[in-house]
Amino acid sequence: MTGVALLDQHLLSVLIALPMIGAGLLLFFPRGADGAIRTFTLLVTIAEFLLSLLVVARFDVATAGMQLVERAPWIPRYGISYIVGVDGISLWILMLTTFIMPITVLSTWSAVTKNVKEFMVFMLILETAMVGVFLATDLFLFYIFWELVLIPMYFLIGVWGGERRIYAAIKFFLYTFAGSVLMLVAIIALYFHHYAVTGVYTMDLMKLYELTIPVKLQLWLFAAFFLAFAFKVPMFPFHTWLPDAHVEAPTAGSVILAAVLLKMGTYGFLRFAMALFPVAAADWTPLIAVLAVVGILYGALVAMVQKDVKKLVAYSSVSHLGFVMLGLFALNLQGIEGAILQMVNHGISTGALFLIVGIIYERRHTRLISEFGGVAKVVPVFAVCFMIVTLSSIGVPGTNGFVGEFLILLGAFKVHKGFAVVAATGVIFAAVYMLWMFQRVMYGKITNEENLRLADMNGREVAYMLPLLLFILWIGVYPQPFLRRMDASVNAFVTRFEAKKQAALAGSPAGETMLVRYFDGQK
Amino acid sequence: MTPILFDKAALIQGLYSILPELVVIATAIAVLLADLVLPERGKKSLCHLAIAGTAVAILATLSLGPGRIEGFSGMIVHDGTGLFITLTILVTALLTLLMATGYSEWEGTQKGEFYALLLFSTAGMLFMAKGTDLMTVFLGLETMSIPIYCLVGFHRNRMTSLEGALKYFLLGAFASGFLLYGIALIYSVTGTTKIPAIAGMIGDLRLFGNPVFMVGVGLLLVGFAFKVSLVPFHMWTPDAYQGAPTLVTAFMAAGVKAAAFAALLRVTLLTFPALGPVMTNILWVLAFLTMTVGNLSALLQDNVKRMLAYSSIAHAGYILVGFVAGDVAGGQAALFYLLVYAFMNLGAFGVIMLLAHREDDGYDIGNFKGIGFRYPVLGGLLTLFLVSLAGIPPTAGFIGKFYLFSAAVKNGYVGLAVLGVLNSAVSIYYYLRPVVYMYMLPAQAEVPVPRPPRTAFSLALCISAAAVLVLGIMPGSVLAFAERSILSLLM
Repeated sequence: MTGVALLDQHLLSVLIALPMIGAGLLLFFPRGADGAIRTFTLLVTIAEFLLSLLVVARFDVATAGMQLVERAPWIPRYGISYIVGVDGISLWILMLTTFIMPITVLSTWSAVTKNVKEFMVFMLILETAMVGVFLATDLFLFYIFWELVLIPMYFLIGVWGGERRIYAAIKFFLYTFAGSVLMLVAIIALYFHHYAVTGVYTMDLMKLYELTIPVKLQLWLFAAFFLAFAFKVPMFPFHTWLPDAHVEAPTAGSVILAAVLLKMGTYGFLRFAMALFPVAAADWTPLIAVLAVVGILYGALVAMVQKDVKKLVAYSSVSHLGFVMLGLFALNLQGIEGAILQMVNHGISTGALFLIVGIIYERRHTRLISEFGGVAKVVPVFAVCFMIVTLSSIGVPGTNGFVGEFLILLGAFKVHKGFAVVAATGVIFAAVYMLWMFQRVMYGKITNEENLRLADMNGREVAYMLPLLLFILWIGVYPQPFLRRMDASVNAFVTRFEAKKQAALAGSPAGETMLVRYFDGQK
Repeated sequence: MTPILFDKAALIQGLYSILPELVVIATAIAVLLADLVLPERGKKSLCHLAIAGTAVAILATLSLGPGRIEGFSGMIVHDGTGLFITLTILVTALLTLLMATGYSEWEGTQKGEFYALLLFSTAGMLFMAKGTDLMTVFLGLETMSIPIYCLVGFHRNRMTSLEGALKYFLLGAFASGFLLYGIALIYSVTGTTKIPAIAGMIGDLRLFGNPVFMVGVGLLLVGFAFKVSLVPFHMWTPDAYQGAPTLVTAFMAAGVKAAAFAALLRVTLLTFPALGPVMTNILWVLAFLTMTVGNLSALLQDNVKRMLAYSSIAHAGYILVGFVAGDVAGGQAALFYLLVYAFMNLGAFGVIMLLAHREDDGYDIGNFKGIGFRYPVLGGLLTLFLVSLAGIPPTAGFIGKFYLFSAAVKNGYVGLAVLGVLNSAVSIYYYLRPVVYMYMLPAQAEVPVPRPPRTAFSLALCISAAAVLVLGIMPGSVLAFAERSILSLLM
């Protein structure tokens, strides 16, 4: 009994530690015992997922604040603590992370054959870091996990990636690192500002939320946070590392990159940049909305002309993440809930798309659209899976993508109609590039002899694809259980955002933020 | 005027205050004597003797405790800062000697004078770090430098080694001249060479703006800048670091830095606040130049040893950021960083010593191709040390940089902190390059087999790696120790 009670008290810490412990144990496996290494890693990630289900079970729908909070002093003299918690904003992103990991691990059975041990060690370290990012509510702890993500991903791309893997890995590392170092300075500045105002050194996010930060300082700090997160999302025009990283990464790397790593950016906006600096966030809204819409259209148009399926999926990510950003900066309940749901949806759909691309690449060692055609007849199971995933990525009603995009557009339409209208055309473009690609790959005459001998998906591949399809349809048909658990936290977020914005504006001399006053004047 | 009497109690207290130095010097002499009597095949035990002596010196330092002990009428003081830096320097020496067990064997530095010079130089560093009188600082500096000139040129048959030694010696001699002339000028105005007394006089005598005094302080700064290789006084560094036997390079980079920065810390923390923003601005510029030039030059290197030499320059720049901050937080961060740097720097040099077979071209980055998976422990260790040097969590290098830059932000130098973190971002590129070669490029037809490390060598690497991780994850108590050390200096 005590064991269960202990687990209950430290559930989130266990979630953070478990993969790392798994990675440590993996080191004792002999090199070359690939089967055992794979099975062990799979078991660790499945155990992690089952434990995370416990978080959903313990989650209280009515509570807006952090739940299952654990805190321990870390560097007490300097107000740095180990604080973790989960709320309606992070719950589903956490679940997405733990859900996608076993699937990804299973997908590497046949794809990763060299240095399997190191690969799995990096995968597990990556999982600890990602879970940590979404659970940390101490800024210092968050930053540690945030940077920790880079190293395993750098190796995954650089060692097990494609031809230009080294270029892609370094670009990925440098861009995202350069973006986030300025955030570190902003975190430090915020920390000392809190001290100057209250006389207390703290990195506790909940305490920092209570601070009313002068408008001018907000603008600077927001700018630094913006840069870090905009690179990660990635927003147009900070996206250039993404196609390279996606295309060169091994399938597992692409899936995690798309499903989880990009969400760190959007999650960061919501949890940190917007929540801490509401005036600045509101001030920047027009700019960010423009960039989001440009990203939606640009990503879609560039995706349309790609010859390589993987590159097409990569650019579609830029487009989809544009939607998420637009939803976040609608700054209302629908927009933000839609954005959070769309983060999960994009993780599932794009993750699935990368897996599909991986399956086909393993068989043919090419990803060029022109190499295929008429494949549907040869591999019917694959065709069905691909179809459902494609429809989900487009956002056809009945699939998860529809619910998310609809809510986002609803939220955006309430505040900036023009952006919403233009963004909606992005949905049409998505249909164009996805269906066109699907048609060229799957239908028509078989032009290439080799495609006649394609093997259909095997049991393992079906096993990891099925859960994804299940959630595509579940969220598409009945999203209520997902949305309901966000309500309290997102409502509280919107209320606090507005209150904090007014408080900061009231305490500041006029004219410091021209944009906000301009837009408020318009209302 | 009271006649100067022989004060037995004062003498004993003085000797007590330099107990670690005495142990180190005694060991050095013992090594020299033992060298005369030991047969050729017994020379290995010289190294063991040196290790034992250094370990005893560490114990002696710990036995002195954090309390303030003044010796020789205030010429030297053992205080918190002294304790912290003494431990840093002795740990550096200990790790160096542990690595010397293997290194000397391969490189033929299995000679009594090698260890004796190392120990004498260590003693000089300790004097320098504890000197509260500019004369003690100068004597310490010379005691430290002269053995190091010899050590850099220890490979008598290699041109690069001799070239490095000559360059270092000539420029070092100039630096000593500058330092001494600066001390003379300061003395001519204040009539004293005691640092606290000088600091006290600045306000009283209105020395700020006094040209002689200001030039004196400037020359003093130049002298120190040479020793810690701040840009633009860094010209000797790459050649001396590359030419020196690698073990000596590792020792210099960490040890000389710790000693010279400690002495500089005593001078700046006590006098610069009274001298106003001019001096701080000079340090600001030096810090910026040093970080940037060091990092940008390191980007272009294909020789890992030379790359680490430039990286060492960049790290001097980071540490100087703490001096710009100029308060307790800044000093504390600088002390902490010096300790962290000792571990990650010695660790990184230690691993590349094992991987490279020949001095000079053995350190070409091409030789590192594909060894990561072939030799996972060495590859993993080098990656850990490089990641720490780059300042990526969860390593000690990150915590160190975090406190340096947060001290700058705290004191309003946000611009310098921004430049600092951008520099870190630039440095990622060259720190990750060996990693790319080790893990991401296919191995050469013949992967060089690393030298089998001796137990002591492995121990040194393990200690460094453990320290990098522990100080990166649980830095609390060491940070608090560094803070107490700085507070004791300001009392």
